[in-house]
Amino acid sequence: MTELTLKNLRKVFERGTPNVKVALDGVSLDVERGDFITVLGSNGAGKSTLFNAILGKFRLDQGRIVLDGEDITRQRDYRRALNIGCLYQDPMRGTAPHMTIEENLALAYTRKASRSFFAVNRRDSAKFRDLLRELDLGLEDRLKTRMGLLSGGQRQAASLLMATIAEPKLLLLDEHTAALDPATAEKVLDLTKRIVAQRRLTCLMITHNMHQALEMGNRTIVMDAGKIVLDVSGEERARLTVQGLLDRFRADAGRDLDNDRMLLQA
Amino acid sequence: MNLFALLISALSQGMIYAPMALGVFVAFSVLNTADLTIDGSFVAGMSVCAVVAISGHPYLALLAGIAMGALAGLITGLLQTKLGINAILSGILTMTGLYTINFALLGGQSNLYLQRMEVNAAGAETQVASETVYKTFRSLMVQLTGNKRFDANLSALIVTSLIVAATVALLALFFYTRTGMAIRATGDNEEMVRSSSINADRSRILGIMLSNALVAFSGALLCEQQRYADLHFGSGMLVVGLASVIIGQVFFGQRGVTIGIISAVIGSLAYRLILQLAYKIEMPSYAVKLLSAVIVIVALTLPKLKRALSERRAAKEDVT
Repeated sequence: MTELTLKNLRKVFERGTPNVKVALDGVSLDVERGDFITVLGSNGAGKSTLFNAILGKFRLDQGRIVLDGEDITRQRDYRRALNIGCLYQDPMRGTAPHMTIEENLALAYTRKASRSFFAVNRRDSAKFRDLLRELDLGLEDRLKTRMGLLSGGQRQAASLLMATIAEPKLLLLDEHTAALDPATAEKVLDLTKRIVAQRRLTCLMITHNMHQALEMGNRTIVMDAGKIVLDVSGEERARLTVQGLLDRFRADAGRDLDNDRMLLQA
Repeated sequence: MNLFALLISALSQGMIYAPMALGVFVAFSVLNTADLTIDGSFVAGMSVCAVVAISGHPYLALLAGIAMGALAGLITGLLQTKLGINAILSGILTMTGLYTINFALLGGQSNLYLQRMEVNAAGAETQVASETVYKTFRSLMVQLTGNKRFDANLSALIVTSLIVAATVALLALFFYTRTGMAIRATGDNEEMVRSSSINADRSRILGIMLSNALVAFSGALLCEQQRYADLHFGSGMLVVGLASVIIGQVFFGQRGVTIGIISAVIGSLAYRLILQLAYKIEMPSYAVKLLSAVIVIVALTLPKLKRALSERRAAKEDVT
């Protein structure tokens, strides 16, 4: 069953100026429920713009977005957030630093929370403690600690929990481990796999790591100049190597998939 | 004036201005927004209170003042969120517009006394002071104590303290409700609030309304206590509020929201004590604004200075 449909999305930034940029050039994509799609592409290919379009951060010039049968093309960003969780590269973006872990989670949980006069209540906090215990970072005993005192990795793990706590239909991960040190990144990635599998989330993940892109999830798309130029899944993807992917890209796009960061990590 | 009377008068003023300090705290510390509506909403609270009190409803007058402040905040909030006007400019626009409204409320004059004309038994017109919360409370104190010369300032201090205590309790509780927490989070990380599917614009507007309602409440209290409203009373009020909040932080540091609320009240009291002492050494009253500005500048620079000093000390220790 189709969870998310993107139909011919088009967005041009700074139209009518010398800096005009076609950020999305007719992107269409059908995402099945339970799909875990990894998204590759060089800088400026339109990956983050695609995410922002789905999140409703700007108005599209053209195209339609349908989530679980509902046309959300014109829905306000905070309303869409009801069904879409998102994680960014910067661990600071997903949490409120001067509020406690408990308050942050309670806020993220707002739409599914128990009815209570105060935002933080015993029943929800017990649930938060259980969820934090699963992270295995010792955060379950630090519910009253301010978020700003946690390390980047801890904050990103907490953000992941916040993004998924209200059971969204779609989870968007925008290089959410890129700013972490390798060991922490590994841990957050494991958590991501576990949570996505546990809750059977439909998920799109942007990454610069080509191995990771081919290993994780069940489908990989490659973007270039605002278009999806490659879309592989199933057997074809299972047989694909990093070198094979680079060759395919060169054949399709007529040039190298060039990105320093990507080459280093390949 | 002896020292005790001076203390009572300072504390009484400090309590009256405490809601204003709370309003500044809500806008600047909680919501992280520089809101300049405050100068205007203080006078708006005063003016509406004066008009309603003169018509004979001193309690309603306080509520009307609060409502007027909330309305001013609503306009600033809408300018900020719906029209996307910069926060500082939004405040200035509302404040400037309010000047006209306040002027009209005061009947086209720059001040309005809480009194009305009445015809006495002999058929002559006399001016009668309007009822105020402070007048009522003082006669209550006179009755209770049997002391006909019960100090008006002391009576004002007691009643305002009660009102402020209730305000502090309600405000502190409010910030732990879902709506209150959303307002705090909006000041802390607005993007995160949006991704939690909360309407951050609504939270922001509510926060600014709350802030200005508190400021106008102060204006209304002051109006009833001093028995007149003055069109020019609001100028520099924001700096006074900031000074109070910052002085409070000197005592309590920057901690959670409840501590912040209490520290704003203490700061307001301390600020008035400082002023009274300055008057005592015969500082002219027109120097108040300069003093307030200097307090804010010093208080804002101190933490930086402290850091620089401790870094230098640490650097020296490294060398030896």
